[in-house]
Amino acid sequence: MMEMFFAQGGYAFYVWSSYGMALLLLVWELVQLFRWRRGILARRARRDRTILARRIRKAGGGDTR
Amino acid sequence: MKLFRFFSPATFYPLAGKLIPWFAVLAAVSILGGLYWGFFETPDRLGGANPQKEYYRIIFIHVPAAWMSMWLYLVVAGYSAIGLVFNTRLSFMLARATAPTGAIFTFLALWTGAFWGHPSWGTWWDWDPRLTSELILFFLYLGYLALHSAIDDPHRADQASALLAIVGLVMVPVIFWSINCPDPNQCAALHQRSSLANMEPNILGSMLVMTFGLWVYSFTTVLMRVRNLILIREVDTNWVKAAIAREQGE
Repeated sequence: MMEMFFAQGGYAFYVWSSYGMALLLLVWELVQLFRWRRGILARRARRDRTILARRIRKAGGGDTR
Repeated sequence: MKLFRFFSPATFYPLAGKLIPWFAVLAAVSILGGLYWGFFETPDRLGGANPQKEYYRIIFIHVPAAWMSMWLYLVVAGYSAIGLVFNTRLSFMLARATAPTGAIFTFLALWTGAFWGHPSWGTWWDWDPRLTSELILFFLYLGYLALHSAIDDPHRADQASALLAIVGLVMVPVIFWSINCPDPNQCAALHQRSSLANMEPNILGSMLVMTFGLWVYSFTTVLMRVRNLILIREVDTNWVKAAIAREQGE
């Protein structure tokens, strides 16, 4: 039963190359979107910390380091 | 105008965030359901006198991807037109967010078409009107994205690429009617005419469910992408700070 499904009547190469590429591209797109978002948020957080540290230094001298 | 407030990035960002999981689940369910139907509840042959064998099952990804490639281009051009007329930031961002998913579906239509063409026509590629015009659509998507990223000022990038998208709109009807070759001696079309009326109901049904699945998938990725674009462009506003804090606190 399972073997017949994978064989696709001898056309396995054509059928699975098509669906394989579809799976690859859709998963790749989703992963890219997640990673992009994580990167944006991380950069933001880093920038906020730098700004905050600068402000503290300005206000209270160098003792926050 | 109340409607316009709804379409401001600040209102749209949290709304999109709430919608994404629902679209993702609906897409996964319809794609898996459509594939099950297409692979297990359909005949092994397509067509009458000289039927196509099992390789016809590429239809469940090929036709939905090809339809979505044209539909998403209409969406990109539509958002671009709205952006140019009403000068709304969000519509430009939605256009830019839709294009990559459209390009992926266009590539997928070409790729799966090649893997269907080889067993049925004996060739991976032919300069057939439909194949050629779909390839041009793929280049249009790439051109739109390249032009957008080539211009540093976001607003000017939006406007220039919007104009390109609208000009490229001429390709969609060309692809759609490219199989109806007016004179067979002038343009020999290899690509079959598609007649939905004569299709076996299970094959047609699973193809339509897959189309719905890819359509909902495109909602998921476009909303994810537009949220990233909003974050990048509105990074210095207070509402973005508040929105991130709210989402991370949840």
